[in-house]
Amino acid sequence: MSRSAGSARVEVAKTLKLYMNGAFPRSESGRTIPVKDARKRVVAHASHASRKDLRDAVEAANAAQAKWAAATAYNRGQVIYRIAEMLEARRGEFISLICAIEGRSKADATREVDHAIDRCVCFAGWTDKIASVLGGKQPVAGPYFVFSMPEPTGTVAVVAPDEQPLLAMVSLALPVIAAGNSAIVIAPMTNAPLAIALGEALATSDVPAGVVNILTGIRAELAPWIASHRDIAAVCGARLAAADAKALELGAAENLKRVCLFSEAPKFDDDAFWHSPFAIAPFVEIKTVWHPSAL
Amino acid sequence: MNSTPFAYAPAPESVRPALKPSYGLFIGGRFVAAKAGRSFKTINPATEEPIAEVADAGSHDVARAVDAARKAFPKWSKTRPAERAKLLFRIARRIQERSRELAVLESMNGGKPIKESRDEDLPLVVQHFFHHAGWCDKLPYAFAGAQPRPVGVCGQIIPWNFPLMMAAWKLAPALACGNTCVLKPAETTPLTALMLAEILQECGLPDGVVNIITGGPDAGRAITALAGKGVDKIAFTGSTEVGKAIAKSVAGTGVGLTLELGGKSPNIVFADAALDQAVEGVVSGIWFNQGHVCCAGSRLFIEESAHDDFVARLERRMQQLRVGDPLDKNTDVGAVNSKAQLETINRYLKAGSDEGAAKLEVSCALPKKGFWCRPTIFTGVQPSHTIAREEIFGPVVSVMTFRTPDEAVQRANNTTYGLSAGVWTEKAARALEMSNRLHAGVVWLNTFNRFDASAPFGGYKESGFGREGGRQGLASYVKVGGGR
Repeated sequence: MSRSAGSARVEVAKTLKLYMNGAFPRSESGRTIPVKDARKRVVAHASHASRKDLRDAVEAANAAQAKWAAATAYNRGQVIYRIAEMLEARRGEFISLICAIEGRSKADATREVDHAIDRCVCFAGWTDKIASVLGGKQPVAGPYFVFSMPEPTGTVAVVAPDEQPLLAMVSLALPVIAAGNSAIVIAPMTNAPLAIALGEALATSDVPAGVVNILTGIRAELAPWIASHRDIAAVCGARLAAADAKALELGAAENLKRVCLFSEAPKFDDDAFWHSPFAIAPFVEIKTVWHPSAL
Repeated sequence: MNSTPFAYAPAPESVRPALKPSYGLFIGGRFVAAKAGRSFKTINPATEEPIAEVADAGSHDVARAVDAARKAFPKWSKTRPAERAKLLFRIARRIQERSRELAVLESMNGGKPIKESRDEDLPLVVQHFFHHAGWCDKLPYAFAGAQPRPVGVCGQIIPWNFPLMMAAWKLAPALACGNTCVLKPAETTPLTALMLAEILQECGLPDGVVNIITGGPDAGRAITALAGKGVDKIAFTGSTEVGKAIAKSVAGTGVGLTLELGGKSPNIVFADAALDQAVEGVVSGIWFNQGHVCCAGSRLFIEESAHDDFVARLERRMQQLRVGDPLDKNTDVGAVNSKAQLETINRYLKAGSDEGAAKLEVSCALPKKGFWCRPTIFTGVQPSHTIAREEIFGPVVSVMTFRTPDEAVQRANNTTYGLSAGVWTEKAARALEMSNRLHAGVVWLNTFNRFDASAPFGGYKESGFGREGGRQGLASYVKVGGGR
C-alpha cells in the first residue's frame, strides 16, 4: 500500500511526563500546563509537578544517593561521561527544541547545546579529582595524621532558570552529582520539552535511577515545599525571583539546608567558574579525620 | 578533697592580668561609651564577684561599628597582602607574649581551668593568627584560577565557651582575606576580646578594621539586622536554635552565612580498643572545659561486651577529677560559665534521673560560691531519653551500648546534629571504615577534642555549615566567581 499523494504525514507528538527514579511518570496530580512554541501555538502539555511529586522524587533521590556516593569516583566519572555521549547523540533534537520553543537562532541554540555537552565532559573529569583539590593532608602541630576530604551533602534540589535552559540545568546539576549527591531538578516550564529530552538522555545513560530526577513545575509553587522538606539537604538555583529566593532561604533555615543561589553572575557561559571545583564546593561537606601518628 | 590524706596543696596561678575597671566599645580604633550609656558588670563565675564593667551596645552603637568597618574596608582590602600578613604575624607574636595574662583572664571570666586556657586555648589562638597571617599573600594559590576577593564587612557573633579562641577563629581568616569585622563576644565573657582589642590597637591594625561590640542578644540581633545593609557576611558560633533564627533573619538579603552550631557527638568504644587510652579520650571528650564544648563526646557508645569493664574504669578515673578553683594549676574541671547554664544543666540532670537512667557523679566537695556541676555519667540511657537527644553543654555523658559496627553507625548517625564523632579501636580498617560512615565534620580516631589552625572544623546537618581553619576555612571569607 502506498501513501496517498498530497496528504502530509502526521507527526507523532510526544507526551511530556516527569523523569523520576529512572522512569517517566505523569504528575500524580493529573495537572498539565500547555507548552507553547515561539509562535504561541500550543505544541504539548507538560506535566505540572505537585508537592506530592516532589516528595516522591525526594524519596527516590535519597534512596539512590547512598549508593551513588559509595560508587568509586572513577565510576561516577565514566557515568557522567556517558551522559555527554547521550547528549551528543541528541544534539540535533536539543537544538531544534531551543529554536522551536524559544525562537532563538540555530547558531545561538547550537552554541548553548555544544557548551552544555562540553561542560558535561569537564565534570566527568572532576569526579576523581575533587578530593585532591578540595581536600588534603593537614600539617597539624602535633603527632597526628590528619586529612580532610569532601563528602556529598545528600539530596540537592536544583531550581533552574528559564534562560539558556539546557546549559543552566547541566551547569547546576552536574556539579551536584559529580560530588556524589543526588539531584532533583525543578525544570523551567518555558521549555519543558527540552527538560524532558534531557531526562531521556539521562535515562539512556548509565546514571542510576533516582540520582537525577526532573520535575517540570512552577518554581514559586514548589519553592516552599522544597524549603520545608527535611530530607532535602541543600538547594541550589540561579536567577530566582527575589520572593522565591527568600522563600527557599526561610524554609531552609528550619533544618539548616545548605543554600547556594546564583544571581546574574557568574554567567553560565563563564567557564572560569562553571568548570572549576568551586562550582562543586557548595555541595560537599568537608570531613576532617584525625589519628595519632606516634605511640 | 581536702579531707583526703594526700590532697594537693593549692597551686594558684600568680600572674594577674592588666585589667581596667571598665571598658567601652571598641569602634574605629577607639574605646567609646555606648550611646545609651548602658553598661553591665561581668563576673567571675567561680566566685560570683564582678571583675569589670563593660558597655552594653545598642543598635545605634552596632550601626556605628558597622560604619567604621565599612569605612575601613576599601583601604584594608587593597592593602598589599604581604603587608596585611606582617600585621597579622605581629598580632600573633604580641598575643604569644601576653598569653599567660590572657589565659588567666580567660579563666577568671569564663570559669575554665587555667591548665586548659594556658595549654589549649591560648596556643590555639596564637597559632590561628600565625597560620592565617601566612595566607594573606597566598590566596590566589588557595583558590587557583578563581580570583578570590574579600567579601566586605563581616558580622561575627561568638559564644562563651572558648571566648578568645572563637574570636581568633573568626577574626584571623576574615582579616587574612582582606575583610573588616564587627565582632560580638558573648555577654558573659567579653574581657579577653577587649584585651585583644588593645593588642590590635597596639600592633597598629588600622582603625575600624576590627570593631568589638559587647552586649547581650539584642546587640547580636542588631548585627544580623544589618545584613545586606552594611554587613556583607554573617558568621555565628553558638546554639542550633539561635543559628536557625539567624538563618531566617538573613534569608533574602543575599548575605553569606556560616554557622558553627551545636552537637550531640558520639564517642564509640569497641571492645578491641586500648581501653585505658579510650578512658582518657572519653574524659577529655566530655569533661574538657566543663563539657561546654559544641563537639563534646556526650553520647558514649560502648560495645556491649566491654560495657561493665569500661564504665568501671571510667568511673574510677572520673573520681580522680579535681573540681574547683579555675586558677589552680591542678584543677581539672572549673566553674560552669553562668548561673543560667548551670540551671540548664541541672534540668537535664533531673530529666536523666526522671527518665530512668542511672547516675554516677564525682563525690568531691564543691566550693560554696560560684556555679559548679559535678562531672556525671548516666548509664542505662535509651535513645529516646532527653539526655541522649539534646545538647546539654555540661559535664554529663550518656552511656549506651551496641553489638555490631552497623548498629554503632546507625545509632551514632541517628541525630539531627553532625559536628564530631570519636572511634576507639585498634583495628585500622575498622577505624577508617567508621570514619567514612559517620556523618560528622570531624572524626577523631583513637583521640578526641584535638584542634589545629590548619585543620578545618565544622558540622554536617544541623550542626551548621562552613568550616573554620585551614585552606577550607578561608572559603567562608572570600568570594569566588559570582557565588557567595
